[in-house]
Amino acid sequence: MTRHAAPGQPDALMAYEQRYDHWIGGEYVPPQRGRYFENPTPVTGQTFTEIARGTAEDVERALDAAHGAAPAWGRTSAAERANILNRIADRMEQNLERLAVAETWENGKPIRETLAADIPLAIDHFRYFAGAIRAQEGSLSEIDADTVAYHFQEPLGVVAQIIPWNFPILMATWKLAPALAAGNAVVLKPAEQTPASIHYWMSLVADLLPPGVLNIVNGFGVEAGKPLASSARVAKVAFTGETTTGRLIMQYASENIKPVTLELGGKSPNIFFDDVSSADDEFFDKALEGFTMFALNQGEVCTCPSRALIQQGHYRRFLEAAVERTEKIVRGHPLDLATMVGAQASNDQLEKILSYLDIGRQEGAKVLTGGHRADLGGELSGGYYVEPTIFEGANHMRVFQEEIFGPVVSVTSFTDFDDAIKIANDTLYGLGAGVWTRDVNKAYRAGRAIQAGRVWTNCYHAYPAHAAFGGYKQSGIGRETHKMMLDHYQQTKNLLVSYSPSKLGFF
Amino acid sequence: MPEVSRVDLTPAAADLIRRLRADHGPLMFHQSGGCCDGSAPMCYLEGEFRTGASDVLLASLTVDGVGEPVTFWMSASQFDRWRHTHLTVDVVPGRGSGFSLEAPEGVRFLIRSRLLTDAERAALDG
Repeated sequence: MTRHAAPGQPDALMAYEQRYDHWIGGEYVPPQRGRYFENPTPVTGQTFTEIARGTAEDVERALDAAHGAAPAWGRTSAAERANILNRIADRMEQNLERLAVAETWENGKPIRETLAADIPLAIDHFRYFAGAIRAQEGSLSEIDADTVAYHFQEPLGVVAQIIPWNFPILMATWKLAPALAAGNAVVLKPAEQTPASIHYWMSLVADLLPPGVLNIVNGFGVEAGKPLASSARVAKVAFTGETTTGRLIMQYASENIKPVTLELGGKSPNIFFDDVSSADDEFFDKALEGFTMFALNQGEVCTCPSRALIQQGHYRRFLEAAVERTEKIVRGHPLDLATMVGAQASNDQLEKILSYLDIGRQEGAKVLTGGHRADLGGELSGGYYVEPTIFEGANHMRVFQEEIFGPVVSVTSFTDFDDAIKIANDTLYGLGAGVWTRDVNKAYRAGRAIQAGRVWTNCYHAYPAHAAFGGYKQSGIGRETHKMMLDHYQQTKNLLVSYSPSKLGFF
Repeated sequence: MPEVSRVDLTPAAADLIRRLRADHGPLMFHQSGGCCDGSAPMCYLEGEFRTGASDVLLASLTVDGVGEPVTFWMSASQFDRWRHTHLTVDVVPGRGSGFSLEAPEGVRFLIRSRLLTDAERAALDG
């Protein structure tokens, strides 16, 4: 088979329901105000299901269910919670292709990515946190011969999670796995652009979780996200999105004195030193793929390597090969196994990318390839497609400074190591970066000098569990995909115990 | 002669602002940066988003039929990188937008940009 059938077609692997309500307390609950919104697939622009339009009343109901479930869930043994996460992973693995089709249809990304990356990574993530919580230990400090401080990790209670649309199931997993492993109950709001695939996932795993431990409230940010993020009944808010909403969530959290973790994007530099081109070998080929990673997931990745910095000595040669590689990208139906770049996730996302193609040209950036909306014909004409685009320009231009969130890379040159680091760090953000060189000493120094939370060194866009992911500068607060994320979902309880019968003598 | 400004509205954006103002109350914009719904203007009730010393007020927009100006803000660090461009707030069909007020209407505010002319920059930056 070269193309999967669309959900709901006679030979399709899965079908979406006609409508999704809120998942609250282990059952579907209609929205109190009775309103729904349409959910289109970006593949064709056609609506495929409708989604409950949640409001504060629905959020309160979900919080009631979560608070009802949290105490018992928090008392379960780590072994019990780990077993449940492992069973979720097993269930996902048994349904990997179905989940991949669901995710591709909702988000527009190519099925080869959902099959090979999104869903396998999500499965592994549940297993990683199942293992991490089993291995986690408290600590004790011997204060003196008769006094001991014990440190226990306790769950926070009920936490709020607001999920982005670029990897709907994987980003939900990044937040759910550590929160559930740590013993918290969750109220989760999926992005309004991609609300359905998490419900399909829920249909596969619902029997594995006690009612109320995980609740899903759908809806728009202003109507459902805001009452959730500003609620005094949540012990923590986790958000992936952009800077203004990130600041707003911090403001709400400050009113309740609650912690937040935020992942807010970047403008990641991908640095190619001269020696990359010193041989036309396997490594050179890998580096060209590393350049072309800007088009992965249609560029809708917070760590999209959207600035390519190429050293002057091999600039022309490397760039020419990079343009050639980019032009070999196969575009087409996202459910076709050969397709490398699919549809942008929504119409407004498409319009925003086009507005950046416009200002990039106005500022004098040169289009080396692409630069337009793509019409792929037939039923895809109604979808949201953009040609992979390479701009050549200078780092002060807006296409070098702002996250376009499309398959667009802005290329410039640098003279030497110091120039590379200066340009790389001349950005408001610091989430990801890439360094490509055959010189390990240079690679190490560059990696330490770049102000970013993740520096891929001679690789890019790998997201394994057990490697910490998070931002410097305006890219956010906290580290996901690592056991240290457990700390963000736990309190520390200290018991300070005296084993001495003697009084102090003060009174 | 029209006044030199950093921010304008398309007629469609002005229409939407009138509707949102009638439904919700006085409005403000804060320009977002970063991922997902970022690089887009967020529309809130005036005062909902707390601006401070790290923000710049780019414009107080006058909209026919709206009694008070609609403020347009951006973080100062972002403004440093945007100040050479003129911004026009437009509206497109769309789906989501952080906590911005217009999303449930099935539309999305969007920024269209052009370079400021030398004369405009001289007038604005003094």
